[in-house]
Amino acid sequence: MAKRIEDLKIIGNKRLNNDFFILELSGNTKIPDFKPGQFAQVRVDGSPETFLRRPISIHDVDYEKNTFKLLIQIAGKGTKTLAELGNGDILNLIYPLGNSFSLPSENEKVLLVGGGCGIAPLLFLARYLKSNGNVPDILLGFRNSERIIEFEEYLKIGTVFITTEDGSMGEKGYVTSHSVFSTRQYNRICCCGPDTMMKAIATYCKNRNIVCEVSLENLMACGIGACLCCIIDTVKGNLCTCTDGPVFNVNDLKW
Amino acid sequence: MNLAFSIGDLHFKNPVLTASGTFGNGSEFDDFLDVSRLGGIVLKGTTLEPREGNLYPRMAETPSGMLNAVGLQNKGIDYFEKFIYPRILNYNTNIIVNINGSYIEDYIALAERINRLEKISAIELNISCPNVKMGGMAFGTNLASAREVTREVRSVYSKKLIVKLSPNVTNIVDFARVVEEEGADSISLINTLLGMAVDVVNMKPSLSTVTGGLSGPAIKPVALRMVWQVANAVKIPVIGMGGIMSASDALEFLLAGASAVQIGTASFIDPQASVKILEGIENYLIKKGFSDLKEIVGYINRDN
Repeated sequence: MAKRIEDLKIIGNKRLNNDFFILELSGNTKIPDFKPGQFAQVRVDGSPETFLRRPISIHDVDYEKNTFKLLIQIAGKGTKTLAELGNGDILNLIYPLGNSFSLPSENEKVLLVGGGCGIAPLLFLARYLKSNGNVPDILLGFRNSERIIEFEEYLKIGTVFITTEDGSMGEKGYVTSHSVFSTRQYNRICCCGPDTMMKAIATYCKNRNIVCEVSLENLMACGIGACLCCIIDTVKGNLCTCTDGPVFNVNDLKW
Repeated sequence: MNLAFSIGDLHFKNPVLTASGTFGNGSEFDDFLDVSRLGGIVLKGTTLEPREGNLYPRMAETPSGMLNAVGLQNKGIDYFEKFIYPRILNYNTNIIVNINGSYIEDYIALAERINRLEKISAIELNISCPNVKMGGMAFGTNLASAREVTREVRSVYSKKLIVKLSPNVTNIVDFARVVEEEGADSISLINTLLGMAVDVVNMKPSLSTVTGGLSGPAIKPVALRMVWQVANAVKIPVIGMGGIMSASDALEFLLAGASAVQIGTASFIDPQASVKILEGIENYLIKKGFSDLKEIVGYINRDN
């Protein structure tokens, strides 16, 4: 699928809590066939402090409405500026970028694991897997119940397990200590979240010969494989997170 | 409208080139523009042996710019000849290879190899990379070294030799004169300015190498000043770069004496920046009633 650069109209900005919001964008022409795990490079206008684009995961896609959503965490000046945009505002995107999670075979048991903003690419992935005949289990980790986002959306797709660090909802602790790992067997785990979480999941999978793919969030400038800033050290040498990733099989990473 | 310029007998259809390290090998941009519309492309810095470059993190956003410390990651000249060169043969534009080395012998060996590649019309001798431990900027910040490496490469390379200067010197004009004396056909400037940033949240340097090269609009006034100084000091064509984001930025360099420009960091923000700038330059010339690019090159330096 060819990459595009386009001005797209915002048709929704839904604030989920203090930290998260979802921008819904309407395609000018037919939106591309996104693959789960792909991202967009979003231009933030208006300040010398936000010179570079922000890489943001494709959170959800609606081909009937010809729209797609970006789930964004307010992490700095750029994302704060994006949070203030409203209906009718124009956003300049380079998209769709990156590779994707690989498609499991129908009889594989799949678990999706997300923490914090890492849940962003997993909704579209879950929907994509389901439409390909494989309903995944979904394990999401948050700091506390007030920070849980998009729970209902995930519930519509498969079984959802929650952990919170303070135990205010679901099991108390981190996703890596959830009981689902001892009560259910999986052939494949797809994971996105903080590095420490992904590394723990990767270790768990490697020890049990479970296929594990993670989506990385390295700092990047161009997003199209030109600047070589977002590299990750792999068994194949330095690879670009933007074009060789953002999804990597953990066996290729030096974790 | 005549937008052409030339370095000796090497013809460029227009003055907009892309800067090394910001445009990959061209094909990364095929979805966004027709590379053949450009005056030329300068390929990612190439070394004799493969280089993995510096550790992550290699990039930090700064006000109106960015720092990078990529460190010349590339797969080496063997890989270039086998896999990259065949892919760029169809571009109908000047292809320039940016070469780097730790020792003078590396530069010589690379120049000899590239001299044999028919489609490569020029070398950009990079004596200004700030992100490598050996070589790179060390050659471009010492007059004797700059002289020697230019002379040695000149003696083995028969096509057009462009020398890319470092701004991290006290008097860049001295370097421009030295490389001109040693037979450079053109000078390109500026490479990145040495800079740094600190991650206050994590209380450590933002780059794995601590220091890195600053690019983007933040450096444009410095770049412009240096291009103006050098253009007034040498007879060979000067290719200006440093923070050019728009046609207006590019025109500043041309009016100050640059015969052509390179578009660098702008391509990260807008992959179509180079062709938009080309169109903007042409529109400006039409609007101002000029019919030839040469009429405005160095315009501010003349008694008009």
